[in-house]
Amino acid sequence: MLKDITLGQYFPGDTVVHRLDPRTKLVLTLVYIAALFMVGSWGGYALVFAALASVAAVAHIRPRALLKGLKPLVFIIVFTAVLNLFFTGGDDILFQWRSIHVTWSGLKRAVSMVLRILLLVSGTFMLTYTTSPLAITDGLEKLLSPLKKLHVPVYELSLMMCIALRFIPTLIEETDRIMSAQKARGADLETGTLPERAKALLPLLIPLFISSFRRADELALAMECRCYNGGEGRTRMKQLRMAWQDGVAFALGAALVAGILLLRRLGI
Amino acid sequence: MDPIIRIKNISYTYPDADRPALDGVSLDIMPGTFTAVLGSNGSGKSTLAKHLNAILVPAGGKVFVDGMDTADEGNLLAIRRQVGMVFQNPDNQIVANVVEDDVAFAPENLGVEPKEIRRRVDEALKSVGMYEFRMHAPHLLSGGQKQRVAIAGVLAMDPDVLVLDEPTAMLDPRGRREVIAAVETLCRERGITVVLITHHMDEAVRADRVLVLDKGRIVLDGTPQQIFPQTAALQALRLTVPDTVALMSRLNAAGMDLPMDALTPAECAAAILEALQ
Repeated sequence: MLKDITLGQYFPGDTVVHRLDPRTKLVLTLVYIAALFMVGSWGGYALVFAALASVAAVAHIRPRALLKGLKPLVFIIVFTAVLNLFFTGGDDILFQWRSIHVTWSGLKRAVSMVLRILLLVSGTFMLTYTTSPLAITDGLEKLLSPLKKLHVPVYELSLMMCIALRFIPTLIEETDRIMSAQKARGADLETGTLPERAKALLPLLIPLFISSFRRADELALAMECRCYNGGEGRTRMKQLRMAWQDGVAFALGAALVAGILLLRRLGI
Repeated sequence: MDPIIRIKNISYTYPDADRPALDGVSLDIMPGTFTAVLGSNGSGKSTLAKHLNAILVPAGGKVFVDGMDTADEGNLLAIRRQVGMVFQNPDNQIVANVVEDDVAFAPENLGVEPKEIRRRVDEALKSVGMYEFRMHAPHLLSGGQKQRVAIAGVLAMDPDVLVLDEPTAMLDPRGRREVIAAVETLCRERGITVVLITHHMDEAVRADRVLVLDKGRIVLDGTPQQIFPQTAALQALRLTVPDTVALMSRLNAAGMDLPMDALTPAECAAAILEALQ
């Protein structure tokens, strides 16, 4: 049962978007987020939406996958909408009932906030849906490498990420095994009140913890035996390389920002 | 020829232990040979293995790897590069979540050129028969396959010696055969010196030399043909004998006259066939 948990949201594929350098995608995601906050007109939102839709189309991401990803955010979206709708002041009252009043500016603000959240989250999905966690880690390490000069252990952090990702399936398998073992001894993990079930998890977590520490110990030894001695002087087999497609992607990103600023100027 | 590993009268006691794990062991290992180290639990065989690449440093005596003293910290990386170590649990040795990235870990640590790393990774994976799995995620492989990936990960350092500390203890019979076959090929075809720590007697029959440890001392030392017929001595050390030897000694007890040095299943079968004809 636990094996069914999918890791991250990466959908493997072989499109141009998948093949872009992870650094390009990371930087462009940041550009996209910044651009979204520069939007000052409805036309701007339309442009961002068009950009998002074309990236999704090129990367073969189905609208359904995006909607599924947005589902957990329904509460936040509704909350934001209600808050903006009812608590924005102004004279252009649209609708009033006792002390509750809705203004035109409130309605506009609510819609634009909701659009902003939807576009923001869907935009970051473009990164996580098309880039494996490992590639993201690699890209982050390269992008943050100037911080090494400030003694930030960038390589160590990315190695930690990698090892964590590597051990998730192993630990899930182990949890499954311990669960079976405890059930065989009569442990009841599925019924009872919430506090009771939380308590029943204890005999599951303790063996898992102990074995994780043992694993960590053995892994450290194995790493030392393979000449691990920190990030210094290390080389990489796979070198990240920018191609012309990355140049095109950056140009398109710049065009998006320029377009948004232009529309804002024109007030469309 | 000089021995690649020279062990001079070493002893070692773990903290909090009341008796030494190793007690006056001396041993020369020649390059290109296949040595099997046997012993029951607590005989000191794993402790001996850990002395071969300076995970442990002897309390008394000296270990030299290719002339380098393991007690000298300055030699540490050079020794570890030369003596690759594979452990029991393959899950706890694999660092990355793609097979080829894991094999690249050691040469990356050594600062090898990217192109050369690629070459070594491909070669190491081919030599253990795992090349076609290079893009797989390790947790989806079988135990024997994972352990072969772990061996490839060590081979990518281009070591002269491969030390395997009970590499098959957690594997099923099929995985065990895969791993032992891979190790044998490395020794016979690539000339890598192999030290195999095991308690499966059947894995030791193809070795050049068998050492039996008991209470931190070497008690038997010889070729498999010299060691395994000593069934009484082995049983006194709480060790079993290989299946072939067990079969032949029972047949001999029942009145046949078989040579006790036919250790591999094929040799054993041939010997029985010959006796029957």
